[in-house]
Amino acid sequence: MTLPKIPALLDGMVADLEAAIDQRGLDRQRLALVGIHTGGVWIADALHRRLALPTPQGTLDIGFWRDDFGHQGLPEGIRTSHLPFDVEERDLVLVDDVVMSGRTIRAALNELFDYGRPRRVLLAALISLPGRELPIQPDICGARLELAAGDRVKLSGPDPLALSLVSRSQESR
Amino acid sequence: MNVTSAPNAASRVQLTADGRLRHFLDIDGLPKALLTEILDTADSFRGVQDAQVKKVPLLRGRTVANLFFENSTRTRATFELAAKRLSADVLNLDIQTSSTAKGETLLDTLQNLEAMQADAFVVRHSDSGAAHFIASQVTPNVAIINAGDGRHAHPTQAMLDMLTIRRSKGAFENLKVAIIGDILHSRVARSQVLALNTLGAAEVRVIAPRTLMPVDVEDWRCRVFPRLEEGLQDVDVVIALRLQKERMDGALLPSESEFYRHYGLTQESLAWAHPEAIVMHPGPINRGVEIESAVADGPRAVILDQVTNGIAVRMAVLSMAVGGQTRDRARRG
Repeated sequence: MTLPKIPALLDGMVADLEAAIDQRGLDRQRLALVGIHTGGVWIADALHRRLALPTPQGTLDIGFWRDDFGHQGLPEGIRTSHLPFDVEERDLVLVDDVVMSGRTIRAALNELFDYGRPRRVLLAALISLPGRELPIQPDICGARLELAAGDRVKLSGPDPLALSLVSRSQESR
Repeated sequence: MNVTSAPNAASRVQLTADGRLRHFLDIDGLPKALLTEILDTADSFRGVQDAQVKKVPLLRGRTVANLFFENSTRTRATFELAAKRLSADVLNLDIQTSSTAKGETLLDTLQNLEAMQADAFVVRHSDSGAAHFIASQVTPNVAIINAGDGRHAHPTQAMLDMLTIRRSKGAFENLKVAIIGDILHSRVARSQVLALNTLGAAEVRVIAPRTLMPVDVEDWRCRVFPRLEEGLQDVDVVIALRLQKERMDGALLPSESEFYRHYGLTQESLAWAHPEAIVMHPGPINRGVEIESAVADGPRAVILDQVTNGIAVRMAVLSMAVGGQTRDRARRG
């Protein structure tokens, strides 16, 4: 299958975010994007530049909040989360590259609330795939894709940002 | 209890088949990549301290038992705080005043704690090799963390020192580090030298009077200096050790004032080091014995950073070792 091109997806997301700011009365002066490591940070960065928001972008590494510590132990290479603003009563957009099971977003929400009580949190994802295991849906979504069983999409970046298809047979090779 | 068997053979005990930490007993035998992973993980835990809620849920529902057979205030407090910030339940056992005093053997005590389903034991003991001994006796699912054993090792102290050095100075490759004072009684010095060499420091020096230098110091991979002035020349990091008066049973020193005169870290002697050298001390400090107050409280001292970093390093080691055990058990099915 042909995967969509990133610039077109980002343009669509920016338009949807602008519409959400108007329709839902988000406070643009205090609105902050929070990217989830690693792909989500790249997407948040690209959206932040296009939207020209005054508040700097935040980053989250959800490694310490994952729900599979009991099976996998601690993942390697966890980075420091960095929220350069007060979360309290702020409108936030959580940004990730691919949403599938929803578990990463659950972990990110838990981590986010340890920094304070945001006024509203929206979820923006570049790609949404079927396979949700939790009641979590993106408010803003670049594209919803249906893939063959066992296939995944992978975002590479940050320069250039590109999507590629990874099939299970390739991964096991 | 028999703890005389060689503790150096510990490296294999400490790692899972796929090279992850499952006990943390000694720096000896651990690869550079693993020490770097501990420092990276600890750095990320430092970030958690910026949040309103300074906790992560990793060890929720787990129990960490602090088994202190020897007195400690700072190490025990920071281990307790580290375990609590990982959301573990913490059991503090001062063994000196508990069951062993009533005649219970160490193995009976351990079995009882295992029956309480503790997931990690943090062990401080006056005998070298005690943590290894306990690691060899407990069921495979309990992580043992060495919080200091005799004169042998104090690996979490060494790692918090490495984190402090890395956060102040960046890479280890160009650094000259001097450790001053009571090397003979110091488990910290031995662990520091091992960690600095593994992480690739340019030069490690120990400075002490001959009576406070261990006999095997020539095997330590460090330069030995009997005089402070020569040892401090151009070093980037100065670590003063505490004079362990409670462990001195012979006439090793003429007097504390004599020691201070020749080996005390003062503003005057610090001038021999590099102008941007940092000053460290594992605490507790004997002011006017190994270090002058003006230096300990001065702008180059990073002694309180060491305490903050101690919490982060202990969070890293506890979560990595309990995680390694967990993963190992999940793989065994």
